[in-house]
Amino acid sequence: MNPVVNVGTTTRAERAYAVARTVTDPEMPMLTLADLGVLRSVEVDADGAVVVAITPTYSGCPAMATMRDDLVHRLHDAGFDDVRIKVELSPAWSSDWISEAGRRALVEHGLSAPGPVRRTTGPVALTLTPTRRAIACPRCSSPEVELTSEFGPTACKALYRCTACLEPFEHVKEI
Amino acid sequence: MTDAHAGHQAPPYHPAPDPNAAEGSIFDGLLGHDAPGDSSQWAFGTDFEDPLAGVDTTIPDGVDRHELATYCLMLADDALIASHRLSEWCSNAPDLEDDIALANIALDLLGQARLLLARAAAADPSVVPALPEGSPVPPEDALAFFREAGDFRNVRLVEVANGDFAHTVARLLVFSTARLAVLERLASSRDHVLSAVAVKGVKELTYTRDYAGRWFLTLAQGTEESRRRLLDALDELWPLQAELVATHPVEAAMAAAEVGVDPASVADEVAVVLEQVFAMSRVERPDRAPLAGVRGRTGRHGLHTEELSRLLAEMQVVARAHPMGQW
Repeated sequence: MNPVVNVGTTTRAERAYAVARTVTDPEMPMLTLADLGVLRSVEVDADGAVVVAITPTYSGCPAMATMRDDLVHRLHDAGFDDVRIKVELSPAWSSDWISEAGRRALVEHGLSAPGPVRRTTGPVALTLTPTRRAIACPRCSSPEVELTSEFGPTACKALYRCTACLEPFEHVKEI
Repeated sequence: MTDAHAGHQAPPYHPAPDPNAAEGSIFDGLLGHDAPGDSSQWAFGTDFEDPLAGVDTTIPDGVDRHELATYCLMLADDALIASHRLSEWCSNAPDLEDDIALANIALDLLGQARLLLARAAAADPSVVPALPEGSPVPPEDALAFFREAGDFRNVRLVEVANGDFAHTVARLLVFSTARLAVLERLASSRDHVLSAVAVKGVKELTYTRDYAGRWFLTLAQGTEESRRRLLDALDELWPLQAELVATHPVEAAMAAAEVGVDPASVADEVAVVLEQVFAMSRVERPDRAPLAGVRGRTGRHGLHTEELSRLLAEMQVVARAHPMGQW
């Protein structure tokens, strides 16, 4: 997903990718769509149109239209006239796709990054006790944190509170 | 001003801002920088493209288009109506965290519903209600907002009116347990769209079922009052539980075609999960007979309670008033 960009020898798809990869998430603007793992591919089809594939984080993600429009506008501005955005539902997005750079950007902006998704086989297990996560406060690094709610201001986040510095913070959920 | 104001001093007159005024107007900041008709500033609306844009919507071999569309409506309508009932809690939940949680769950279900309604329309356009020529309403919206109650295929469990918070917790536990079990199997559907929707839905419903299960346990083991309310709600809803794991002929046909899931095939697993929650909560499984259908017809056949009609009246009124509307 990170083609080397050499001026003069780059293909059109690589140049389009170089533009698309800088577009940021509308709800977490510290992350690019590439860092979030939402930008799946940038290709040039037989007619010369740039075809960008994105995938939703959650089924009801209300930011999809904004992502689409931001990508189209940025590519238009960069001189790509014919741009199509397609939705790739499969494979389903996973928080494991957030890049290392993306994870650092989350923490720098006071958000807690998701841990690895636990892969299980067989039926999904019911969990009646609060989810345990080994996470630290993104502000003071204390591991003494407590879950406020598994649901937060956007579909992809849970709410936490640090019991050391007492600040609330958001955790990007494992999915 | 009406005549009722005659004799009173006229209130100050504030003309509506003219968006086309040469010197510019307060609307300028709201509008995009592109040509007229650019819809990019709106998150939703008639220009919000097909949620299945670019997705492979080929019909699997040997599958009847109309049956596939009907099956998609069943899965979609459960999600859409459950989502609407949950969204009625917005600004009314017991605390801010649960207000947000219920809204998030409603949004997940609405997302599933949109994809499934779009799938139904793509599989068989004849299921989409006819709209005036030139109407910009996309097929998924036509299905959501322009069908009559008798055309909805959801189970009756999701449509009955909200009660208190315990009622919502009990309903959400029962509903999400069955839906999660169905979607886990639907992930291996031969239909690419259903499979993709199911894989995503499983991840979302895992959070939903845990949320409902934890609140169920909390209310059951909380105060006398919270336990009483929970038991009342469970008792009231239980007659509607059986419909979730009953088989409609379309579901049987789709299961045979390896495209859908026969809900009866998950009945045992659903019972085990619910029993797990009941045992932890020291709650007896209610001993109540299923709510009868009418001549064998239930929600899946389009037979509903009056409460669905009232829900639809509210959910559909704006869209129906403006079938040519641009949102």
